[in-house]
Amino acid sequence: MTHLVVVGASLAGLRAVEAVRGDGFDGTVTLVGAEEHLPYDRPPLSKEYLAADECPDPRYREHATFADDLDVELVLGTPASALDTSARTVTVGDRSISYDGLVIATGAHARALPGTEGLAGVHVVRTLDDAIGLRGALRDGNRKVTVVGAGFIGSEVAAVARSLDLEVTILEALDTPLVRAIGERMGRALTRLHERHGTEVRTGVAVDEVLHDDGRVRAVRLGDGTELDTDLLVVGIGAQPTTGWLEGSGLTVDDGVVADARLAAAPGVYVAGDVARWPNALFDDVLDGPMRLEHWTSAAEQGRYAARNAVDPENAKAYETVPYFWSDWYASRVQFVGVAAGDHVEVVAGDDADGGPFTALYRANDRIVGALAVDMRAEVMKYRRLIGRREGWDAALALAAERREQAAAKAAEAKAAAAETTAQDGARA
Amino acid sequence: MKINVDWDKCTGMGMCESLAPDVFEVDDDGSLILHAEEVPDGQEDEVREAVAACPTEALSLES
Ligand SMILES: Cc1cc2nc3c(=O)[nH]c(=O)nc-3n(C[C@H](O)[C@H](O)[C@H](O)COP(=O)(O)OP(=O)(O)OC[C@H]3O[C@@H](n4cnc5c(N)ncnc54)[C@H](O)[C@@H]3O)c2cc1C
Ligand code: SF4
Repeated sequence: MTHLVVVGASLAGLRAVEAVRGDGFDGTVTLVGAEEHLPYDRPPLSKEYLAADECPDPRYREHATFADDLDVELVLGTPASALDTSARTVTVGDRSISYDGLVIATGAHARALPGTEGLAGVHVVRTLDDAIGLRGALRDGNRKVTVVGAGFIGSEVAAVARSLDLEVTILEALDTPLVRAIGERMGRALTRLHERHGTEVRTGVAVDEVLHDDGRVRAVRLGDGTELDTDLLVVGIGAQPTTGWLEGSGLTVDDGVVADARLAAAPGVYVAGDVARWPNALFDDVLDGPMRLEHWTSAAEQGRYAARNAVDPENAKAYETVPYFWSDWYASRVQFVGVAAGDHVEVVAGDDADGGPFTALYRANDRIVGALAVDMRAEVMKYRRLIGRREGWDAALALAAERREQAAAKAAEAKAAAAETTAQDGARA
Repeated sequence: MKINVDWDKCTGMGMCESLAPDVFEVDDDGSLILHAEEVPDGQEDEVREAVAACPTEALSLES
């Protein structure tokens, strides 16, 4: 193995090159990225980056790190346009780059709302440039913000816009937001968080047309004919894996590049991150087929696995994981581990009626397969371990009971301490 | 090996705890409790995984 090529210079691509260099791989490493920017962190783009007065720098590493510490050739600013798996070459602009091992980490891109191309006042949030544009627009005297899609990114943008005291409406085509990600009951519970903070959520509505004046969005017309005036339109209707450049490569593409358990898509070709679809063995009893995640943690981990497997295919390791993602809404932290499959969801701590704090567990095949926590930061990772060990539902309920007892004891202690202080104050008076 | 936490970066995400619970634990209010300053013998792999998995890159190791 002499030349590792990584296509896609974001989280998965970065972790790929860092992993093999960290292991002492001394061949040539090339990292190809479509964007001009050095690899940067996306989660803040719909959170702190929009909300904070001072913009944090989202780049992971400096130029010098790639050149000096990692000895990686960066090819930025031009997308790879073709892959030839028999000749083992990647085309980038007018250059053909030969590889011995290849990691595909081209991620996903935001889906656009048809009919909004080129309109001012319409934003998606996927890239740093998107976020720079939206950050400015949220501070340009625009008052009314309409978010299309009540998914995680749309919800985060809505929360930021509310914190800037703007009027925010979320439009969601489904009757319950986030059904696929976290199920119906929990989708409703999270919607309460929006309502609690003065964000209007309208579900079961279709956007029929985006109305504009002089190339600038003015209003949206809904399925029932009503027109909703707006200054900004934020489109959060999901992301699509970036696989267009692989047409004709012979790889299997089906909502992502399909790979095996070792993330291999073809001899010498491995996939990682949002673009990858692979069988996650931990859930083979509850999922119908291979899965694709759009989560920070799995993208980082798959980047490492894919690159290590690419430079040492004989010892390639299978990747399995308990998926994890988080999302920040208003001051609340939402955390999810596992998969939202199964026949039953049980709230084991707190109360979901008003949007939290609470912890909910997901059951499938009589084992715990998922956990959702809102402002229960001490809880969720304890369940992640149970899920990873394929523990039964009883074990999950036992842990929940134990945690409740601990919380009650702690609360009683705090109460006693408070009473003591009051008594002392009274004695002193 | 010494474990370093950049407390300004840590947001109590808890990934570290799920991978190396003997060393890391997140409290109810989201603050990280470090149960060990040094990587315990035999737990090098877990701790390395935890360092790599932290979404805010708050953890590092010093040998
Ligand atoms: C706004 C936002 C908020 C998020 N918040 C969270 C969160 O709170 N929690 C969480 O767990 N996850 C979150 N995520 C998801 C997380 O950021 C992604 O899972 C992660 O970025 C995936 O990394 P990746 O490297 O696989 O792909 P990407 O980050 O999508 O990067 C792919 C890169 O490949 C480049 N590329 C595409 N095509 C080509 C080509 N042909 N040639 C060369 N380069 C190409 C792209 O330009 C891009 O830079 C968020 C994502 C976004 C956009
Ligand atoms: S994973 Fe990182 S952010 Fe989360 S608690 Fe551990 S150190 Fe803090």
